[in-house]
Amino acid sequence: MKTFVCIKQVPDTETKIQVKPDHSGIEEGSVKWVMNPYDEFAVEEALKLKTSTSDTVIVISAGPKTRVVDSLRTALAMGADEAIVIDAPETIDSYLAAKLLAEAIKKEGDIRLVFAGKLAIDGNGSSVGQMVAEFLQIPHASVVSQLEFSEDSIQVGRDVEGGAKEIFKLKAPCVISANKGLNTPRYASLPGIMKAKKKPLKELTATDLGLESFTPKVKFKNFTLPPEKPPVKMIEGSPQEQAKKLVDLLMNEAKVL
Amino acid sequence: MSQIFVFLEAKDGKLKKGGLELLSWANTKGLDCSAGLIGKNLASAAEQAGHYGAKTVFTCETSEDGFNPEIFVKALKEMVETSQAKMILANASSTAKDVFPRLAAMLDSGVASDCTGIEIKDGQLVATKPLYSGKCTAEVEFEEGSLSMILMRSNQLTVSAPDESKKAEIKSISPATASENLVLEKVVQGASNKPDLTEANIIISGGRGMGEAKNFEVLEDLASAIGATVGASRAVVDAGWVPHGMQVGQTGKTVSPSLYIACGISGAIQHVAGMSGSKVIVAINKDGDAPIFQKASYGIVGDIFELAGPLKEEFTKALN
Repeated sequence: MKTFVCIKQVPDTETKIQVKPDHSGIEEGSVKWVMNPYDEFAVEEALKLKTSTSDTVIVISAGPKTRVVDSLRTALAMGADEAIVIDAPETIDSYLAAKLLAEAIKKEGDIRLVFAGKLAIDGNGSSVGQMVAEFLQIPHASVVSQLEFSEDSIQVGRDVEGGAKEIFKLKAPCVISANKGLNTPRYASLPGIMKAKKKPLKELTATDLGLESFTPKVKFKNFTLPPEKPPVKMIEGSPQEQAKKLVDLLMNEAKVL
Repeated sequence: MSQIFVFLEAKDGKLKKGGLELLSWANTKGLDCSAGLIGKNLASAAEQAGHYGAKTVFTCETSEDGFNPEIFVKALKEMVETSQAKMILANASSTAKDVFPRLAAMLDSGVASDCTGIEIKDGQLVATKPLYSGKCTAEVEFEEGSLSMILMRSNQLTVSAPDESKKAEIKSISPATASENLVLEKVVQGASNKPDLTEANIIISGGRGMGEAKNFEVLEDLASAIGATVGASRAVVDAGWVPHGMQVGQTGKTVSPSLYIACGISGAIQHVAGMSGSKVIVAINKDGDAPIFQKASYGIVGDIFELAGPLKEEFTKALN
């Protein structure tokens, strides 16, 4: 059977975001693109399970083909077997991305598991996994940080408020979106990188998947940087004086207490 | 027909604050508002929703307590469709973030999670959403024909005073039968009974400057005294000092408290991204050149271990 991993390529966490002068988006010139950190946990979990499932692990991504393939190659170098890239503009939203991913997965068929990251650190949608599950009409569990696999069921721990975990039992096929803590992603080894170059990478277009237009449900506009904060007010004195002054400022100036 | 539908969550018969913020907002804007509740023993929470301005409250009483995405999504679909509302709001809780994207896909709509602002412009709901974990923000626009589903972060809107003379019409919805494909087995409670970082009004976070894992007790102690929740930087989570649930930043939680106190945190870009939505930031660090001071409203160059005692004393005095 097949285990799928949905991957998004995003700007590295160290990227300083610059907004375009017309506020229509961010400047992409100096961005270093990497695999979404949460997707690394998804790839790792799929590879770990391969030892018990012997599934073919297929990594799949929708986005601008020319750059997105780099992240797919990284996943292949980590040990995934095949990759699929669906060429799509940067402006697709979670709905369109999920639709494209779900259609491509359907086309491949023989689904056991679909992994995704719990959210992409650029759009912060935390939506694609659940939407893919709906389009495939299979159950999902999101924000998963523990997983136990057996032939007839999958037990997952889902992180919720206050450090609590909801423990669910799911039947495959299902979608699991990974949180940090699920595992420690492996690095791509040099032999892995060499092997990845020969692994199959399939290219698809939206038309191949029956999608006629790229009209997103959700559009982002009027991008702005956070307002500049007034300069920091430094508080001097002995620890006792500093504590007294700080609490006084928080009460009477900032009024947050 | 309602103009707006608000998904509410209750705990021990009382509505959670995130939902109250949304009901209050809808009420202030004069919107015809319906609300939805799913769970056990909902009567008192439903009545409370009326006091905060909901005209209709849909309740779905389930046989089991706890979250099941399958039951929740079906109940919400029925509630939203019956209400005929085009604007759908919920607090960006772990439950809502799980279930609303699926509902959106089901209803051919978009959803914007973790928003920090909402307003009505020309009859349309416009939300502000942080992107890149708060490194920038954008306005969210929905396609024509799509429902506007917005999940709002906590502590962004004001809760109005309830009016106990107001009564909502209660409409009950029967829950779907759960399939065997997805079963909630149990809920393992976390060690802390404090509000979650994403809901907390005050957060005290520690970084490398805390020196070692057990020194977080100092922050826990201070936090207990002032009703704060303790957070941490990525460095100390990666070092294994504290669990990942406590991480604030681009690969942890994005938080929006009124007051964020960063102790021994240098202020790496990925940490700042997760906490820049805080109203007031206080930085305490031994290194006066630490980048965190550029993001802070108030700064103290000093040792948290020397400051913790006096701070606890002063906060306790001020809060009583």
